[in-house]
Amino acid sequence: MRYLETVVTLTYEPSRCTGCQMCVKVCPHAVFDFADKRAVLADRGACMECGACARNCEAQAIQVRAGVGCAAAIITGALTGTEPSCGCSSEGGCC
Amino acid sequence: MSETAPSCCGGSATGSGCCGGPAAALPALVKAAYLDGDVTTLVGPVPRVRTSLVASDRRGTIKARLGVGRMQYRVAPGLYAVGEPGASAPVLVTANYKLSFDALRRELSGRHAWLLVLDTKGINVWCAAGKGTFGTDELVQRIAAVGLDQVVRHRTLILPQLGAPGITAHEVKARSGFRVEYGPVRAADLPAYLDNHHQATAAMRRVQFNITDRAIVVPVEVANGLKPALLLAAAFLVLGGLARDGYAVSRMLGTGLFAAGGIMGAFLLGAVVGPLLLPWLPGRAFALKGALLGAAGVAVWIARAGFGVSMGDWLSLSAWGLLVPSITSFVLMNFTGASTFTSLSGVMREMRFAVPLQAVAGILGVGLWVAALLFGAGRSV
Repeated sequence: MRYLETVVTLTYEPSRCTGCQMCVKVCPHAVFDFADKRAVLADRGACMECGACARNCEAQAIQVRAGVGCAAAIITGALTGTEPSCGCSSEGGCC
Repeated sequence: MSETAPSCCGGSATGSGCCGGPAAALPALVKAAYLDGDVTTLVGPVPRVRTSLVASDRRGTIKARLGVGRMQYRVAPGLYAVGEPGASAPVLVTANYKLSFDALRRELSGRHAWLLVLDTKGINVWCAAGKGTFGTDELVQRIAAVGLDQVVRHRTLILPQLGAPGITAHEVKARSGFRVEYGPVRAADLPAYLDNHHQATAAMRRVQFNITDRAIVVPVEVANGLKPALLLAAAFLVLGGLARDGYAVSRMLGTGLFAAGGIMGAFLLGAVVGPLLLPWLPGRAFALKGALLGAAGVAVWIARAGFGVSMGDWLSLSAWGLLVPSITSFVLMNFTGASTFTSLSGVMREMRFAVPLQAVAGILGVGLWVAALLFGAGRSV
């Protein structure tokens, strides 16, 4: 299944890549591939903006506005004026 | 929908100060069904976990999957042993949501390993990583709290791949000396990963969302949405007794009950049928998929039963034509949170279009339905 691809915020600067392959390993949607000693942006449209690649890129070659793709979290965030965050929003008694 | 106290789960990246201070360095040695004695280490006794699930574990799984006590279904954070681990046994890191903990330990029978359970406030690895509670700070602090450097001689941690959104591997290395290795997405692939020189295949690194995965999360979706759906249905039930000449309980039990059923039907269409049919519903935005599903539901209903309904009663027919799609659209839009492939940018984009349309359709639908009660030709549906 594919989602809305044109709004993805992921950017990648190949010139900074050191070839550690961390992004290839952490991406759950195979957005990155590895070829010629560098990461390649193979399927940008599949990005779900979880932020794992950017967070684990020591060379800071990857940037993305990371967050949860969750409507309930966005609604809760809008109502409470906080960043969208999932987990306890609808179940009560988190702690 | 939120009943939570404020300030707790608003996305604090540090995860501190939430649930009554830091947990003890070692888990309390309480008698739990998943524990099986303890092993002696330089830092004291470490509880050993069973690698098979017992009846109480399975009951717990079913309850959590139904959304009962799900947020309290946790194990104490800290270090655990599997088998008879020595100083060179692998260290596997997981969350303190009991379903995560169970999924991991049941794959480890016949093996020797250490389990490092982080305090994720009872949230699974992926969601906790997104919130930052399965995070670099917690990992580094937990390593120090349990004295992991004295328990093992090596300096490698195996983390679930889906912990990566919360963990900065190079920072963990710099702060704790431990190297982070990302294992497979699913615990079920861990034995193969461990036996294959810690190499994950491409398939082990992919997240799926097949019909079984979707079916598993449906009951929690229903449980979460049930209360508002029932309240809305109750409002329609009560309003159903209205008519030009006053209020009648008999009408409430006729028109009102039918309307309450329609609301609940729309809710279940969006919360159960929508997730199951997700890949086959047209469009990519969940709100659009939901609206089309609702429209199809109304069309099927009219085609099957509708010839008993007077087509002249166009007020209530158009009311339901608006109400059902607006409800199914909203409910299925909320399934984005349970899905494994939607981005924040994408959900915000679809909400910008969908929420105003859902609101307008819903309000118009209610207006037309009430108008049908008051001015409708003959019997209202």
